[in-house]
Amino acid sequence: MSESTVEQPGVGPAPTGPTAEASAAEGLELAVRSQWSYARSRFFRHRLALMGLFGLAVIFLSGAFAHWVAPFPYDGVGFTTILKPPSWTHLFGTDELGRDELSRIIYGIRTSTEVGVFVALASTVIGVILGAIAGYYGSWIDNLLMRLTDLFLTLPFLAILLTAAKLLGTANQWQIVALFTFFFWTGIARIVRGVFLSLREKEYVEAAKASGASDSRIMFRHILPNTLGPIVVNATLAIGTAILTESALSFLGFGLKPPTASLGLLIANGENFPFSWWLTITPGLVIILVVLCVNLVGDGLRDALDPTQRRMRA
Amino acid sequence: MITYIIRRVLYSIPVLFVSTYLSFIFVSSAGDPLANLRQNPKVSQNTLNLEIHKNHLDQNIFLRYFTWIWDVIQHGFGRSLLNSLELWPQITRTFGHTAEVVILAEVIAIIIGCAVGMYSAIRQYSFFDYSFTTLSFLGFAMPTFFLALILQTLFVDQYNGSFHILAGKRIFYTFGINNPGASDSWFTWDRLQHIGLPVMTLATISFALYSRYMRASMLDVINSDYVRTARAKGVPEWKVIIRHVVPNALIPVVTVTALNLGGILGGAIVTETVFTLDGFGSWFVEALTNGDMYAVMSYLVITAGIIILFNLIADILYGVLDPRIRYE
Repeated sequence: MSESTVEQPGVGPAPTGPTAEASAAEGLELAVRSQWSYARSRFFRHRLALMGLFGLAVIFLSGAFAHWVAPFPYDGVGFTTILKPPSWTHLFGTDELGRDELSRIIYGIRTSTEVGVFVALASTVIGVILGAIAGYYGSWIDNLLMRLTDLFLTLPFLAILLTAAKLLGTANQWQIVALFTFFFWTGIARIVRGVFLSLREKEYVEAAKASGASDSRIMFRHILPNTLGPIVVNATLAIGTAILTESALSFLGFGLKPPTASLGLLIANGENFPFSWWLTITPGLVIILVVLCVNLVGDGLRDALDPTQRRMRA
Repeated sequence: MITYIIRRVLYSIPVLFVSTYLSFIFVSSAGDPLANLRQNPKVSQNTLNLEIHKNHLDQNIFLRYFTWIWDVIQHGFGRSLLNSLELWPQITRTFGHTAEVVILAEVIAIIIGCAVGMYSAIRQYSFFDYSFTTLSFLGFAMPTFFLALILQTLFVDQYNGSFHILAGKRIFYTFGINNPGASDSWFTWDRLQHIGLPVMTLATISFALYSRYMRASMLDVINSDYVRTARAKGVPEWKVIIRHVVPNALIPVVTVTALNLGGILGGAIVTETVFTLDGFGSWFVEALTNGDMYAVMSYLVITAGIIILFNLIADILYGVLDPRIRYE
């Protein structure tokens, strides 16, 4: 293993120029490997995580290019193709208005992944900023933030989201994104705050302070890179949670409204036609697949980014 | 310890107040409780004003909160704004049903989840471990309502040949909480047939979480120094597991169970809706659909109270179970 660790020029920033020459001159055959290059090679050896990444790439791309990938328009009704079981023209069958289920699922993937990804991004940004401020400055800001997140933890999550969705209205996925972000940022803020709290006592922070770095520079240039592991993992897992929550909301009729295609809505619609099993089973399996892939990638990242784990996975 | 408990209890009181106050402001300022009346052309402005005054809607929102709280304590959440029915009898009825389903599901999930987690940790990387890891990953990715729908479809009437009938007897019903005319008591055969599928749904979802946590926490303990010491001094392996590993591994699971409660109540909303169970969650969804804001408020307050209470119990239990934790 030590052999392969040393000779992997493709992975990580390979030593070039003076560093390489210097180490060669000293007779040391040590490649400089950053924590990130370790993480990357650990991740790419994690077979399940790679499978998840591949699955996610296929799903996300088909969602993003839905208008090219989908064989039919998502609202293309047809009077001759009502409630037809899966066939070669309609791989996943058709619904009660003769719309192609596969195309609707592909457009549904677009909506669901949009919600998942943007909720994860927005809540991560907000959570990181607030968590960093609270963890770095401490005192009353920290107290206030922690009491606030405590409060959020005690709320009946789904019920509050349902109430908010009903009262504020959810005409499109961006309103859902805003709503979810409002309730999702606390988790990441707590994590970031915890790491900042322990890292602000480190010597390198003291060194940065002594050399006159500003607070924001210390926070975002010196401490933040060391907290990226848990942040990335949690952002990934938040995508899955957001997708599941959105589908539950839409299923109960408080999320997105038809004719928008959302995976939860498709299942809710399929429930009305118990003998057309393909209308319920296929969108459900797609949700499971998407969330499964997200969770596999998240798990792979968690294993890869854990700095205490230098050991390579065979 | 006593000081810690007292402080912890005192701390949860303002949390409860702020949490209910926020949801009160939110619900009452976002939705107009008299929207239905306003739309009705037969209702005069006078009636409307009377209604507004009667329901204290002309008060300042801060005072209204206390009026409402007082009403909650005195009259058990008062009456619905929509049909003037008293809320308290509805709450006790539906809440009893939900509590029965949730408690049964939780007990099953905790017992099976802990057992599977323990065995997976003892036989790490075995076939058993891998199969249940796969299953729990599927469980994490499974939307609750989809699992409920699948179970319902498997046991639905029209599909003859699937296993809803055994030896000419029906096993599970797919909707409702009782057959018409059956008694509303907790453990009748009829009731168990009705709540079997909802309990299975909720138990499966929680099982995935508990078995993973139990496995991780067992592995933590198994690799710790005091377990190695126990083995080194010659304690037999089964005794090491039962006496030294399991009790310590169970401690973090207590916290997870309490933190998972909010999720379970959310799962109960969805499951009850799918199985049209007369539960607290489906009652809430119905109230929300109809715009019955006081009913919605009562649900939010009661569930928030329960979650706060269980977090409190879990925190205190954690301190009792793990003497290494000292609170200043």
